[in-house]
Amino acid sequence: MYEFFFVLIPRHFPFLLEGALVTLELSFLSMGFGLVLGLATALGRLSGKPWLDWPLKSYVEIWRDVPLIVQLMVIYFTLPTIGITLSGFWAGVLGLSLNLGAYLSEVFRAAIMSIDPGQRAAGMSIGMSKVMIYRRIIFPQAFRIAIPTIGGYFIALLKDSSLVSFISVNELLRNGNIIISNTFRNMEVYMMVAIIYFVLSFTASRLIRYLEHSLTPRYLRRQGRAAKALAPEVAVLP
Amino acid sequence: MTDEPLLSVRALHKSFGALHVLKGVDLSVRSGEVSFLIGPSGGGKSTLIRCINFLETPSRGEITFDGRSLCHEDGAVFHVAPERVLREARSEMPMVFQHFNLFTHRTVLENIIEGPVLVKRRRRDEAIADAERLLREVGLGDKADFYPEQLSGGQKQRVAIARALAMRPKLILFDEPTSALDPELVAGILDTIRGLADLGMTLVVVSHEMSFARKLADVVHFIADGTIVESGPPDRIFDNPESPRLSGFIRSILH
Ligand SMILES: Nc1ncnc2c1ncn2[C@@H]1O[C@H](COP(=O)(O)OP(=O)(O)O)[C@@H](O)[C@H]1O
Ligand SMILES: [Mg+2]
Repeated sequence: MYEFFFVLIPRHFPFLLEGALVTLELSFLSMGFGLVLGLATALGRLSGKPWLDWPLKSYVEIWRDVPLIVQLMVIYFTLPTIGITLSGFWAGVLGLSLNLGAYLSEVFRAAIMSIDPGQRAAGMSIGMSKVMIYRRIIFPQAFRIAIPTIGGYFIALLKDSSLVSFISVNELLRNGNIIISNTFRNMEVYMMVAIIYFVLSFTASRLIRYLEHSLTPRYLRRQGRAAKALAPEVAVLP
Repeated sequence: MTDEPLLSVRALHKSFGALHVLKGVDLSVRSGEVSFLIGPSGGGKSTLIRCINFLETPSRGEITFDGRSLCHEDGAVFHVAPERVLREARSEMPMVFQHFNLFTHRTVLENIIEGPVLVKRRRRDEAIADAERLLREVGLGDKADFYPEQLSGGQKQRVAIARALAMRPKLILFDEPTSALDPELVAGILDTIRGLADLGMTLVVVSHEMSFARKLADVVHFIADGTIVESGPPDRIFDNPESPRLSGFIRSILH
């Protein structure tokens, strides 16, 4: 105990925090790209153009049906053989983003489709353009419906980013493993790693709940009904 | 009233895939006129007014609104006006729907100023002043900050009417505005519509409220199977129908 608190923690914690910082960088970058990719994919598929729908649908299917670790391996180890070499970090961001984009596209698609088409018609009937209708009517409502699910995916991403340790990115888990290979104190080190993941995920989930709450109009809050109660189930976590 | 009709529809056709819904509709609406469209369910009334507003794109034929061609035929080629022209026309003939179709995430006031501010580019404070006046006129002066969810069906429909009026329209299209309402709320909406007619608004109303149509309409069009079977002043249409189809329809709704 004494050794744990007064020797191991002071000596190794900073190194683990460095890793945690990389974990956060990976997660936030991948979340950003994944959101953009997911939204673009959803809009492409909803455009009703078969030549767009078909390739996007294939992307979503393939990426959801192949394990993330395999995707990461392919990007990091196989792409260089066709001349595309990425650092471990960017290979990780690419893999996580493509993976998340595939899942989020389905979340966005379901959320957008759940908005009553009558509201779209009402917008059109007063002369609003398609862009105005999406920006003013569909997105604000769809986003509020999707946010709990998006939040769930973000937390999953935060944890899944540990897979990137296999393609030699010095994130939280890999830094933990490095310490263990030097000290053989696997119980204590893994405990610290677990606690850091827990704190990150827990904080993220609180922030998401707060965001969800603040996006819910006041009259819905007072009646104690969350956005979830109004909206149909949009997606389940993997 | 001028000689040129405000809205003129000629030989309008609309198909959904293989389903031929409108089979050559001709319709003229003069400024200040109140037109009612009646007819059996599935006859194409909604499709017709959705085509007029271009919520649906017609398949063939001609629509002219306030001097602008929205679509026409040039030989065998069917032309549709550019989106910009269609949007401008729509903004001058908004539609009131059976199921209100309010923007549920916006307050009553925000629902009403959305079109004026975004589409008509009016100043926000002017749009708000306008909206507050319209809300008072439809009897909802105290509901500006409510969300649609907190209103009754009749109140929602009055918000929808105020939203249409806020566009300062040349014509308002109504698609069965009272069909989704509880019976005791119908009269209030009919009164509101009558008020618009009294002010000289041009209205095109799809409705099953026959006694209302009889009192308010300048002209009634009977639509069945995708064509206008018979048109005329309400007394003639209801008391002396010419076609067997129309007399059958009138008998069926009186019972
Ligand atoms: N978007 C659509 N797609 C396919 N068929 C439609 C669509 N809208 C209407 N229809 C069909 O067109 C016909 C006329 O419908 P509608 O115009 O709603 O009639 P009404 O309003 O007179 O009851 C119906 O057979 C209906 O099923
Ligand atoms: Mg109808």
